[in-house]
Amino acid sequence: MNGKRNGKPEARGTRSGAPTTSAATAGRKQYFRRRKVCKFCDEKIDVIDYKEVKLIGQFISERGKILPRRLTGTCSPHQRLLAVAIKRARNIALLPFATKL
Amino acid sequence: MHRYEVLFILRPDAPDDEIDKAITQMEGYAAAAGGKLEKTEKWGRRKLAYRVRGHREGFYALFVLEGTPHTVSELERRMKVADAIIKFLTIRIDEEQKRAAKRAELRAKKLSRQKPKQPAPAHASSHQAAEAGQV
Repeated sequence: MNGKRNGKPEARGTRSGAPTTSAATAGRKQYFRRRKVCKFCDEKIDVIDYKEVKLIGQFISERGKILPRRLTGTCSPHQRLLAVAIKRARNIALLPFATKL
Repeated sequence: MHRYEVLFILRPDAPDDEIDKAITQMEGYAAAAGGKLEKTEKWGRRKLAYRVRGHREGFYALFVLEGTPHTVSELERRMKVADAIIKFLTIRIDEEQKRAAKRAELRAKKLSRQKPKQPAPAHASSHQAAEAGQV
């Protein structure tokens, strides 16, 4: 019994890295990449400094929004620290609050 | 006594010596209010991510100081009043640093514990080593 057969694959929130290639999912880009590791856990970074704009800036979108964990692969404790750092950086004009596309 | 970090932005259109003067003035205020300056950094002119008081660029300066909350509120009050300073952000850093030091310590302890046991095969310790490797 293949449990994933009922309805559209995306309704199930599949965690597979490879998108299923069927007509129903054509154009669907929501699948996240293969199990990315948390960058901070990997490099053993303890402190996420709001001043390190080059590092922090990797985790915001083109519009300046904070990227979700499922896209960046960050683990939850680090994501929380990252969010705090990004917000601080925004407050001191090191990062934008919002940019026009 | 807590450790604080104060990052502030000065108007870029003032001549350099005026900017330096303003920074040393702030250092004086901090010391007068009972603070001990540990570090002063001048980052220079930088493009701002958004317009602040009409400016697109600013001169960034950083203080790391040890002091009481009273020191901080005094310093911030002066900064609010100063014309040269257009934005400031004060953060308390001792808790953060303590936590980071703790984590680093734990990690060092973990590593020193696992290393000698690693070559042992099919052992309870090898299971621990695998776990440590996962993190």
